[in-house]
Amino acid sequence: MEIKNDRLYAESHEWVLFENETTATVGLSDFAQSELGDLVFVNLPQVGDTVTVGETFADVESVKAVSDIYSPVTGTVAAINEALLDAPQTINEDAYGAWLVKVENITAKGALMDAAAYRALTEK
Amino acid sequence: MTEPGTELKTPLYAKHVAHGGKIVPFAGYLLPVQYEAGVIREHQAVRENVGLFDVSHMGEVLFEGPDALANIQRLLCNDYATLQDGRVRYSPMLNAQGGVIDDVLVYRYAQEKYLMVVNAANRHKDVAHILAERFGQADVTDISDQLCQLALQGPKAEAVLRTLVPAEQIPQKYYSFIPEVQVGGIPVLLSRTGYTGEDGFELYAKAEQAEALFDVLCAAGEPFGLQLCGLGCRDTLRMEAAMPLYGHEMDDTVTPLETGLGHYVKLDKPSFIGREALLAAGEPKRARIGLKMIGRGIAREHFPVYAGERRIGQTTSGTHCPTVGPVAMALVEAPYQTVGTQLVVEIRGQRVAAEIVPLPFYARKK
Repeated sequence: MEIKNDRLYAESHEWVLFENETTATVGLSDFAQSELGDLVFVNLPQVGDTVTVGETFADVESVKAVSDIYSPVTGTVAAINEALLDAPQTINEDAYGAWLVKVENITAKGALMDAAAYRALTEK
Repeated sequence: MTEPGTELKTPLYAKHVAHGGKIVPFAGYLLPVQYEAGVIREHQAVRENVGLFDVSHMGEVLFEGPDALANIQRLLCNDYATLQDGRVRYSPMLNAQGGVIDDVLVYRYAQEKYLMVVNAANRHKDVAHILAERFGQADVTDISDQLCQLALQGPKAEAVLRTLVPAEQIPQKYYSFIPEVQVGGIPVLLSRTGYTGEDGFELYAKAEQAEALFDVLCAAGEPFGLQLCGLGCRDTLRMEAAMPLYGHEMDDTVTPLETGLGHYVKLDKPSFIGREALLAAGEPKRARIGLKMIGRGIAREHFPVYAGERRIGQTTSGTHCPTVGPVAMALVEAPYQTVGTQLVVEIRGQRVAAEIVPLPFYARKK
Protein backbone atom coordinates (compact mmCIF):
# COMPACT_ATOMS: atom_id res chain seq x y z
CA MET A 1 0.00 0.00 0.00
CA GLU A 2 1.58 3.24 -1.11
CA ILE A 3 1.24 6.36 1.04
CA LYS A 4 2.96 9.42 -0.41
CA ASN A 5 4.83 11.70 1.96
CA ASP A 6 4.24 14.85 -0.09
CA ARG A 7 0.57 15.28 0.86
CA LEU A 8 -2.02 15.17 3.64
CA TYR A 9 -4.86 12.73 4.23
CA ALA A 10 -8.41 12.81 5.60
CA GLU A 11 -9.87 10.11 7.81
CA SER A 12 -12.30 9.31 4.99
CA HIS A 13 -9.28 8.39 2.76
CA GLU A 14 -9.01 11.41 0.48
CA TRP A 15 -5.59 12.91 -0.16
CA VAL A 16 -4.93 16.68 -0.38
CA LEU A 17 -1.91 18.22 -2.06
CA PHE A 18 -1.59 21.96 -1.34
CA GLU A 19 -0.04 24.22 -3.97
CA ASN A 20 -0.30 27.13 -1.58
CA GLU A 21 -2.48 28.15 1.39
CA THR A 22 -5.67 28.49 -0.66
CA THR A 23 -5.27 26.05 -3.55
CA ALA A 24 -5.10 22.24 -3.42
CA THR A 25 -5.68 19.10 -5.47
CA VAL A 26 -7.82 16.30 -4.03
CA GLY A 27 -7.86 12.60 -4.82
CA LEU A 28 -8.43 9.14 -3.33
CA SER A 29 -5.72 7.28 -1.46
CA ASP A 30 -4.21 4.03 -2.66
CA PHE A 31 -5.75 2.37 0.40
CA ALA A 32 -9.19 3.66 -0.61
CA GLN A 33 -8.97 2.42 -4.19
CA SER A 34 -7.79 -0.97 -2.99
CA GLU A 35 -10.69 -1.26 -0.54
CA LEU A 36 -13.21 -0.11 -3.15
CA GLY A 37 -12.05 -2.55 -5.83
CA ASP A 38 -12.35 -2.07 -9.58
CA LEU A 39 -13.89 1.36 -10.15
CA VAL A 40 -16.27 1.63 -13.09
CA PHE A 41 -17.94 5.00 -12.63
CA VAL A 42 -17.08 8.46 -11.29
CA ASN A 43 -19.36 11.43 -10.66
CA LEU A 44 -17.56 14.76 -10.26
CA PRO A 45 -18.84 18.24 -9.37
CA GLN A 46 -18.74 21.11 -11.89
CA VAL A 47 -16.17 23.86 -12.08
CA GLY A 48 -17.43 26.74 -9.95
CA ASP A 49 -19.28 24.48 -7.47
CA THR A 50 -18.66 25.08 -3.78
CA VAL A 51 -17.31 22.17 -1.75
CA THR A 52 -17.50 22.03 2.04
CA VAL A 53 -15.40 20.18 4.59
CA GLY A 54 -16.96 16.83 5.47
CA GLU A 55 -19.67 17.04 2.82
CA THR A 56 -19.90 14.75 -0.18
CA PHE A 57 -18.80 16.32 -3.47
CA ALA A 58 -18.34 13.29 -5.71
CA ASP A 59 -19.04 9.58 -5.81
CA VAL A 60 -17.32 6.58 -7.24
CA GLU A 61 -18.82 3.21 -8.03
CA SER A 62 -17.19 -0.17 -8.13
CA VAL A 63 -18.86 -3.18 -9.71
CA LYS A 64 -20.49 -3.86 -6.37
CA ALA A 65 -21.26 -0.55 -4.67
CA VAL A 66 -21.47 3.24 -4.64
CA SER A 67 -19.21 5.23 -2.33
CA ASP A 68 -19.45 8.92 -1.52
CA ILE A 69 -16.32 11.05 -1.51
CA TYR A 70 -16.10 13.74 1.17
CA SER A 71 -14.39 17.05 0.74
CA PRO A 72 -11.36 17.60 2.98
CA VAL A 73 -11.52 21.37 2.39
CA THR A 74 -14.01 24.20 1.89
CA GLY A 75 -13.55 26.17 -1.32
CA THR A 76 -14.47 26.48 -4.98
CA VAL A 77 -13.89 23.85 -7.66
CA ALA A 78 -11.32 25.29 -10.08
CA ALA A 79 -10.88 22.21 -12.27
CA ILE A 80 -12.07 18.63 -12.55
CA ASN A 81 -10.18 15.66 -13.95
CA GLU A 82 -12.50 15.01 -16.89
CA ALA A 83 -10.37 12.10 -18.12
CA LEU A 84 -11.65 10.08 -15.15
CA LEU A 85 -15.21 10.20 -16.46
CA ASP A 86 -14.25 7.89 -19.30
CA ALA A 87 -11.50 6.01 -17.47
CA PRO A 88 -12.38 5.59 -13.79
CA GLN A 89 -9.99 2.64 -13.55
CA THR A 90 -7.15 5.20 -13.67
CA ILE A 91 -7.81 5.66 -9.95
CA ASN A 92 -7.07 1.97 -9.36
CA GLU A 93 -3.96 2.14 -11.50
CA ASP A 94 -2.49 5.37 -10.13
CA ALA A 95 -4.37 6.74 -7.13
CA TYR A 96 -1.94 9.62 -6.58
CA GLY A 97 -1.82 10.68 -10.23
CA ALA A 98 -5.57 10.37 -10.77
CA TRP A 99 -6.69 13.56 -9.03
CA LEU A 100 -10.42 14.28 -8.80
CA VAL A 101 -10.68 18.06 -8.40
CA LYS A 102 -8.58 21.15 -7.94
CA VAL A 103 -10.03 23.48 -5.28
CA GLU A 104 -9.23 27.22 -4.94
CA ASN A 105 -10.25 29.97 -2.53
CA ILE A 106 -9.88 27.49 0.32
CA THR A 107 -11.26 28.97 3.53
CA ALA A 108 -11.34 25.90 5.79
CA LYS A 109 -9.61 22.54 6.15
CA GLY A 110 -10.76 19.38 7.90
CA ALA A 111 -8.63 17.42 10.34
CA LEU A 112 -5.85 16.32 8.01
CA MET A 113 -3.11 13.81 8.79
CA ASP A 114 0.43 13.53 7.56
CA ALA A 115 1.59 10.32 5.88
CA ALA A 116 2.78 8.71 9.13
CA ALA A 117 -0.50 9.32 10.93
CA TYR A 118 -2.46 8.11 7.91
CA ARG A 119 -0.35 4.97 7.67
CA ALA A 120 -1.15 4.25 11.31
CA LEU A 121 -4.87 4.66 10.56
CA THR A 122 -4.79 2.23 7.65
CA GLU A 123 -2.89 -0.34 9.67
CA LYS A 124 -5.39 -0.36 12.53
CA MET B 1 -31.15 -13.14 7.89
CA THR B 2 -28.14 -14.41 9.77
CA GLU B 3 -26.96 -12.43 12.79
CA PRO B 4 -23.55 -10.84 12.16
CA GLY B 5 -20.82 -12.93 13.73
CA THR B 6 -22.72 -16.20 13.42
CA GLU B 7 -21.90 -16.86 9.76
CA LEU B 8 -20.70 -20.32 8.80
CA LYS B 9 -17.47 -21.12 7.01
CA THR B 10 -17.32 -23.42 4.03
CA PRO B 11 -14.69 -26.18 4.11
CA LEU B 12 -12.54 -23.91 1.89
CA TYR B 13 -12.50 -20.85 4.14
CA ALA B 14 -8.82 -21.23 5.05
CA LYS B 15 -7.93 -21.57 1.36
CA HIS B 16 -9.74 -18.33 0.53
CA VAL B 17 -7.87 -16.46 3.23
CA ALA B 18 -4.54 -18.01 2.20
CA HIS B 19 -5.15 -16.97 -1.44
CA GLY B 20 -5.95 -13.36 -0.55
CA GLY B 21 -9.74 -13.57 -0.78
CA LYS B 22 -11.64 -10.52 0.51
CA ILE B 23 -14.12 -12.18 2.85
CA VAL B 24 -17.72 -10.96 3.20
CA PRO B 25 -20.87 -12.43 4.75
CA PHE B 26 -23.24 -13.86 2.15
CA ALA B 27 -26.36 -16.00 2.70
CA GLY B 28 -25.15 -16.92 6.17
CA TYR B 29 -21.63 -17.87 5.04
CA LEU B 30 -18.27 -16.15 5.00
CA LEU B 31 -17.15 -16.21 1.38
CA PRO B 32 -14.69 -14.29 -0.82
CA VAL B 33 -16.27 -11.45 -2.80
CA GLN B 34 -13.06 -11.28 -4.81
CA TYR B 35 -9.38 -12.21 -4.72
CA GLU B 36 -6.48 -9.88 -5.43
CA ALA B 37 -7.11 -9.94 -9.20
CA GLY B 38 -10.41 -8.09 -8.68
CA VAL B 39 -13.91 -8.57 -10.06
CA ILE B 40 -13.17 -7.47 -13.62
CA ARG B 41 -10.17 -9.73 -14.19
CA GLU B 42 -11.92 -12.64 -12.50
CA HIS B 43 -14.95 -12.08 -14.75
CA GLN B 44 -12.81 -11.93 -17.88
CA ALA B 45 -10.94 -15.10 -16.89
CA VAL B 46 -14.25 -17.01 -16.91
CA ARG B 47 -15.26 -15.53 -20.28
CA GLU B 48 -11.89 -16.23 -21.88
CA ASN B 49 -10.17 -19.05 -19.98
CA VAL B 50 -11.33 -20.72 -16.79
CA GLY B 51 -12.31 -19.72 -13.25
CA LEU B 52 -12.77 -21.68 -10.02
CA PHE B 53 -15.51 -20.79 -7.51
CA ASP B 54 -16.31 -22.19 -4.07
CA VAL B 55 -20.07 -22.66 -4.05
CA SER B 56 -20.15 -24.98 -1.05
CA HIS B 57 -22.76 -22.73 0.58
CA MET B 58 -25.38 -24.16 -1.80
CA GLY B 59 -27.73 -26.68 -0.16
CA GLU B 60 -28.29 -30.27 -1.26
CA VAL B 61 -31.35 -32.34 -0.41
CA LEU B 62 -31.59 -36.05 -1.26
CA PHE B 63 -34.94 -37.64 -2.23
CA GLU B 64 -35.08 -41.45 -2.12
CA GLY B 65 -37.85 -44.03 -2.35
CA PRO B 66 -40.71 -45.23 -4.54
CA ASP B 67 -42.53 -41.89 -4.19
CA ALA B 68 -39.49 -39.62 -4.59
CA LEU B 69 -40.48 -38.67 -8.14
CA ALA B 70 -44.12 -38.09 -7.17
CA ASN B 71 -43.01 -35.73 -4.41
CA ILE B 72 -40.73 -33.79 -6.76
CA GLN B 73 -43.51 -33.61 -9.36
CA ARG B 74 -45.83 -32.07 -6.79
CA LEU B 75 -43.22 -29.67 -5.32
CA LEU B 76 -41.89 -28.33 -8.62
CA CYS B 77 -43.62 -26.73 -11.59
CA ASN B 78 -41.27 -28.15 -14.23
CA ASP B 79 -41.92 -31.70 -15.45
CA TYR B 80 -39.58 -34.43 -14.20
CA ALA B 81 -41.52 -37.39 -15.63
CA THR B 82 -39.35 -37.23 -18.73
CA LEU B 83 -36.02 -36.65 -16.98
CA GLN B 84 -33.54 -39.44 -17.65
CA ASP B 85 -30.90 -40.88 -15.33
CA GLY B 86 -27.77 -38.73 -15.38
CA ARG B 87 -29.63 -35.57 -16.39
CA VAL B 88 -30.27 -32.30 -14.57
CA ARG B 89 -33.33 -30.03 -14.80
CA TYR B 90 -34.03 -26.56 -13.41
CA SER B 91 -37.31 -25.53 -11.81
CA PRO B 92 -38.87 -22.87 -9.64
CA MET B 93 -40.53 -24.24 -6.45
CA LEU B 94 -43.81 -22.43 -5.78
CA ASN B 95 -46.03 -21.68 -2.83
CA ALA B 96 -49.81 -22.13 -3.05
CA GLN B 97 -50.15 -18.52 -4.24
CA GLY B 98 -47.85 -19.18 -7.20
CA GLY B 99 -44.95 -17.17 -5.70
CA VAL B 100 -41.43 -18.56 -5.84
CA ILE B 101 -40.11 -20.24 -2.67
CA ASP B 102 -36.81 -21.02 -4.37
CA ASP B 103 -35.34 -22.05 -7.71
CA VAL B 104 -33.57 -25.37 -7.76
CA LEU B 105 -31.73 -27.95 -9.84
CA VAL B 106 -32.76 -31.59 -9.65
CA TYR B 107 -30.31 -34.38 -10.51
CA ARG B 108 -31.76 -37.78 -11.38
CA TYR B 109 -29.56 -40.65 -10.26
CA ALA B 110 -32.26 -43.30 -10.79
CA GLN B 111 -36.03 -43.74 -10.84
CA GLU B 112 -36.07 -43.64 -7.02
CA LYS B 113 -33.14 -41.31 -6.23
CA TYR B 114 -32.80 -37.54 -6.84
CA LEU B 115 -30.63 -34.72 -5.56
CA MET B 116 -32.16 -31.25 -5.26
CA VAL B 117 -29.70 -28.33 -5.13
CA VAL B 118 -31.11 -25.23 -3.42
CA ASN B 119 -29.98 -21.69 -2.62
CA ALA B 120 -28.08 -21.35 0.65
CA ALA B 121 -30.26 -18.55 1.98
CA ASN B 122 -33.41 -20.62 1.38
CA ARG B 123 -32.20 -24.01 2.54
CA HIS B 124 -34.02 -24.20 5.87
CA LYS B 125 -37.21 -22.68 4.46
CA ASP B 126 -37.08 -25.16 1.57
CA VAL B 127 -36.50 -28.21 3.76
CA ALA B 128 -39.37 -27.20 6.08
CA HIS B 129 -41.65 -26.81 3.06
CA ILE B 130 -40.54 -30.09 1.49
CA LEU B 131 -41.09 -32.00 4.74
CA ALA B 132 -44.47 -30.38 5.34
CA GLU B 133 -45.63 -31.42 1.88
CA ARG B 134 -44.02 -34.86 1.85
CA PHE B 135 -46.23 -37.89 1.20
CA GLY B 136 -45.92 -41.62 0.54
CA GLN B 137 -42.64 -43.52 0.62
CA ALA B 138 -39.99 -40.85 0.15
CA ASP B 139 -37.01 -40.19 2.40
CA VAL B 140 -35.86 -36.57 2.37
CA THR B 141 -32.38 -35.85 3.75
CA ASP B 142 -30.59 -32.50 3.95
CA ILE B 143 -26.98 -33.47 3.15
CA SER B 144 -25.72 -29.88 2.63
CA ASP B 145 -23.20 -29.99 5.45
CA GLN B 146 -21.63 -33.22 4.20
CA LEU B 147 -20.75 -31.80 0.80
CA CYS B 148 -18.56 -29.18 -0.79
CA GLN B 149 -19.24 -27.78 -4.24
CA LEU B 150 -16.74 -26.24 -6.62
CA ALA B 151 -17.63 -24.60 -9.93
CA LEU B 152 -15.05 -24.80 -12.72
CA GLN B 153 -16.32 -22.40 -15.36
CA GLY B 154 -15.16 -21.08 -18.69
CA PRO B 155 -14.25 -22.18 -22.23
CA LYS B 156 -11.14 -24.01 -20.98
CA ALA B 157 -12.89 -25.86 -18.14
CA GLU B 158 -13.13 -29.09 -20.10
CA ALA B 159 -9.46 -28.91 -21.10
CA VAL B 160 -8.53 -28.64 -17.41
CA LEU B 161 -10.64 -31.68 -16.53
CA ARG B 162 -9.16 -33.66 -19.42
CA THR B 163 -5.79 -33.57 -17.69
CA LEU B 164 -7.41 -35.27 -14.66
CA VAL B 165 -10.21 -37.48 -15.97
CA PRO B 166 -10.55 -39.85 -18.98
CA ALA B 167 -12.60 -38.21 -21.75
CA GLU B 168 -15.46 -40.72 -21.45
CA GLN B 169 -15.97 -39.73 -17.80
CA ILE B 170 -16.59 -36.08 -18.67
CA PRO B 171 -20.30 -35.36 -19.22
CA GLN B 172 -20.69 -34.12 -22.79
CA LYS B 173 -24.22 -32.71 -22.79
CA TYR B 174 -25.03 -29.51 -20.95
CA TYR B 175 -27.19 -30.31 -17.90
CA SER B 176 -25.93 -33.89 -17.63
CA PHE B 177 -23.78 -35.49 -14.91
CA ILE B 178 -21.86 -38.59 -13.89
CA PRO B 179 -22.51 -39.61 -10.26
CA GLU B 180 -18.98 -40.71 -9.43
CA VAL B 181 -15.82 -39.73 -11.23
CA GLN B 182 -12.31 -39.88 -9.77
CA VAL B 183 -10.74 -36.41 -10.01
CA GLY B 184 -7.15 -36.67 -8.83
CA GLY B 185 -8.17 -39.69 -6.75
CA ILE B 186 -11.13 -37.88 -5.16
CA PRO B 187 -14.64 -39.21 -5.82
CA VAL B 188 -16.74 -36.42 -7.31
CA LEU B 189 -20.22 -35.97 -8.77
CA LEU B 190 -19.29 -34.26 -12.03
CA SER B 191 -22.00 -32.08 -13.55
CA ARG B 192 -21.91 -29.98 -16.71
CA THR B 193 -23.82 -27.04 -15.28
CA GLY B 194 -23.12 -23.52 -14.05
CA TYR B 195 -24.26 -20.02 -13.33
CA THR B 196 -21.94 -17.95 -15.52
CA GLY B 197 -23.28 -18.17 -19.07
CA GLU B 198 -20.15 -20.11 -20.07
CA ASP B 199 -19.50 -23.79 -20.54
CA GLY B 200 -18.38 -25.34 -17.29
CA PHE B 201 -18.75 -27.90 -14.57
CA GLU B 202 -19.89 -28.15 -10.99
CA LEU B 203 -18.15 -30.72 -8.80
CA TYR B 204 -19.68 -32.10 -5.62
CA ALA B 205 -17.48 -33.99 -3.17
CA LYS B 206 -17.35 -34.88 0.50
CA ALA B 207 -16.69 -31.78 2.62
CA GLU B 208 -13.53 -33.29 4.13
CA GLN B 209 -12.03 -33.61 0.65
CA ALA B 210 -12.76 -30.01 -0.33
CA GLU B 211 -9.21 -28.71 0.19
CA ALA B 212 -7.60 -31.61 -1.67
CA LEU B 213 -10.01 -31.15 -4.61
CA PHE B 214 -9.39 -27.39 -4.61
CA ASP B 215 -5.62 -27.99 -4.79
CA VAL B 216 -5.95 -30.59 -7.56
CA LEU B 217 -8.06 -28.22 -9.69
CA CYS B 218 -5.79 -25.22 -9.05
CA ALA B 219 -2.70 -27.18 -10.10
CA ALA B 220 -4.38 -28.67 -13.19
CA GLY B 221 -5.76 -25.28 -14.16
CA GLU B 222 -2.59 -23.28 -13.84
CA PRO B 223 -1.32 -23.92 -17.41
CA PHE B 224 -4.74 -22.78 -18.69
CA GLY B 225 -4.72 -19.48 -16.79
CA LEU B 226 -7.14 -20.64 -14.08
CA GLN B 227 -8.28 -17.73 -11.91
CA LEU B 228 -9.80 -18.04 -8.44
CA CYS B 229 -13.15 -16.25 -8.55
CA GLY B 230 -15.33 -14.68 -5.88
CA LEU B 231 -18.98 -13.79 -5.46
CA GLY B 232 -18.51 -10.42 -7.16
CA CYS B 233 -17.86 -11.86 -10.59
CA ARG B 234 -20.33 -14.69 -9.99
CA ASP B 235 -22.93 -11.91 -9.88
CA THR B 236 -21.69 -9.99 -12.95
CA LEU B 237 -21.38 -13.23 -14.94
CA ARG B 238 -24.90 -14.42 -14.11
CA MET B 239 -26.21 -10.91 -14.70
CA GLU B 240 -24.79 -10.76 -18.24
CA ALA B 241 -26.31 -14.18 -18.90
CA ALA B 242 -29.63 -12.83 -17.44
CA MET B 243 -29.84 -15.76 -15.05
CA PRO B 244 -32.33 -14.83 -12.34
CA LEU B 245 -31.14 -14.65 -8.74
CA TYR B 246 -33.47 -15.56 -5.94
CA GLY B 247 -34.35 -12.54 -3.78
CA HIS B 248 -33.81 -10.25 -6.77
CA GLU B 249 -35.66 -11.30 -9.92
CA MET B 250 -38.07 -13.44 -7.88
CA ASP B 251 -39.29 -14.09 -4.37
CA ASP B 252 -42.37 -15.39 -2.56
CA THR B 253 -44.50 -12.61 -4.09
CA VAL B 254 -43.38 -12.94 -7.72
CA THR B 255 -44.67 -15.71 -9.98
CA PRO B 256 -42.35 -17.53 -12.40
CA LEU B 257 -44.52 -16.31 -15.29
CA GLU B 258 -43.96 -12.69 -14.25
CA THR B 259 -40.21 -13.08 -14.04
CA GLY B 260 -39.86 -14.74 -17.41
CA LEU B 261 -39.51 -18.36 -16.33
CA GLY B 262 -42.62 -19.59 -18.13
CA HIS B 263 -40.50 -22.09 -20.05
CA TYR B 264 -40.03 -23.96 -16.75
CA VAL B 265 -43.72 -23.95 -15.80
CA LYS B 266 -45.61 -26.95 -17.18
CA LEU B 267 -49.24 -25.99 -16.64
CA ASP B 268 -50.27 -29.11 -18.56
CA LYS B 269 -48.89 -31.24 -15.71
CA PRO B 270 -51.93 -32.60 -13.80
CA SER B 271 -50.98 -30.99 -10.49
CA PHE B 272 -48.24 -29.14 -8.67
CA ILE B 273 -48.25 -26.68 -5.79
CA GLY B 274 -49.12 -23.22 -7.13
CA ARG B 275 -50.74 -24.43 -10.36
CA GLU B 276 -54.30 -23.35 -9.47
CA ALA B 277 -53.10 -19.88 -8.44
CA LEU B 278 -51.19 -19.42 -11.70
CA LEU B 279 -54.21 -20.53 -13.74
CA ALA B 280 -56.50 -18.21 -11.78
CA ALA B 281 -54.14 -15.27 -12.22
CA GLY B 282 -54.17 -15.60 -16.02
CA GLU B 283 -51.78 -13.57 -18.14
CA PRO B 284 -48.95 -12.13 -16.03
CA LYS B 285 -49.35 -8.46 -15.17
CA ARG B 286 -45.62 -7.87 -14.79
CA ALA B 287 -42.66 -8.79 -16.93
CA ARG B 288 -38.90 -9.02 -16.44
CA ILE B 289 -37.01 -6.79 -18.85
CA GLY B 290 -33.38 -6.03 -19.62
CA LEU B 291 -32.25 -2.40 -19.53
CA LYS B 292 -29.15 -0.83 -21.00
CA MET B 293 -28.31 2.55 -19.55
CA ILE B 294 -28.14 5.32 -22.13
CA GLY B 295 -27.43 8.20 -19.76
CA ARG B 296 -24.50 8.27 -17.36
CA GLY B 297 -25.10 6.16 -14.29
CA ILE B 298 -25.31 2.66 -12.89
CA ALA B 299 -28.70 1.32 -11.86
CA ARG B 300 -28.60 -0.89 -8.78
CA GLU B 301 -31.40 -3.04 -7.36
CA HIS B 302 -34.71 -1.51 -6.21
CA PHE B 303 -34.40 1.72 -8.22
CA PRO B 304 -37.72 3.08 -9.58
CA VAL B 305 -38.38 2.67 -13.30
CA TYR B 306 -40.57 5.14 -15.22
CA ALA B 307 -42.21 5.31 -18.62
CA GLY B 308 -42.39 9.08 -18.97
CA GLU B 309 -43.90 10.20 -15.66
CA ARG B 310 -45.60 6.87 -14.89
CA ARG B 311 -43.82 4.62 -12.41
CA ILE B 312 -44.06 1.14 -13.94
CA GLY B 313 -41.84 -0.94 -11.66
CA GLN B 314 -38.36 -1.24 -10.26
CA THR B 315 -34.97 -2.71 -11.02
CA THR B 316 -34.26 -6.14 -9.52
CA SER B 317 -30.50 -6.28 -10.19
CA GLY B 318 -28.12 -3.83 -11.75
CA THR B 319 -24.43 -3.19 -12.04
CA HIS B 320 -21.64 -2.33 -14.41
CA CYS B 321 -20.89 -5.58 -16.22
CA PRO B 322 -17.36 -6.07 -17.54
CA THR B 323 -18.42 -7.39 -20.96
CA VAL B 324 -21.58 -5.34 -21.62
CA GLY B 325 -21.29 -2.21 -19.46
CA PRO B 326 -24.00 -0.71 -17.22
CA VAL B 327 -27.14 -2.85 -17.41
CA ALA B 328 -30.06 -3.78 -15.16
CA MET B 329 -32.96 -6.16 -14.99
CA ALA B 330 -36.34 -4.86 -13.87
CA LEU B 331 -39.85 -6.06 -13.12
CA VAL B 332 -42.30 -3.71 -14.82
CA GLU B 333 -45.95 -3.56 -15.83
CA ALA B 334 -46.47 -6.07 -18.63
CA PRO B 335 -47.38 -3.57 -21.41
CA TYR B 336 -43.91 -2.02 -21.11
CA GLN B 337 -41.71 -4.89 -22.30
CA THR B 338 -41.10 -4.15 -25.96
CA VAL B 339 -37.44 -4.12 -26.93
CA GLY B 340 -36.37 -0.64 -27.96
CA THR B 341 -38.74 1.16 -25.55
CA GLN B 342 -37.13 4.18 -23.87
CA LEU B 343 -37.56 4.23 -20.10
CA VAL B 344 -36.08 6.18 -17.19
CA VAL B 345 -34.36 4.80 -14.10
CA GLU B 346 -34.20 7.02 -11.04
CA ILE B 347 -30.65 6.75 -9.69
CA ARG B 348 -30.44 8.39 -6.26
CA GLY B 349 -32.77 11.21 -7.29
CA GLN B 350 -31.43 11.59 -10.85
CA ARG B 351 -33.51 10.53 -13.85
CA VAL B 352 -31.28 8.56 -16.21
CA ALA B 353 -32.38 7.32 -19.65
CA ALA B 354 -32.37 3.60 -20.38
CA GLU B 355 -33.55 1.38 -23.22
CA ILE B 356 -35.14 -2.06 -23.15
CA VAL B 357 -32.78 -4.56 -24.77
CA PRO B 358 -33.18 -8.31 -25.33
CA LEU B 359 -32.13 -10.76 -22.64
CA PRO B 360 -29.60 -12.22 -22.16
CA PHE B 361 -27.19 -9.30 -22.39
CA TYR B 362 -24.46 -11.77 -23.26
CA ALA B 363 -24.65 -15.19 -24.94
CA ARG B 364 -21.60 -17.32 -25.56
CA LYS B 365 -20.79 -18.42 -29.08
CA LYS B 366 -21.79 -22.08 -29.38
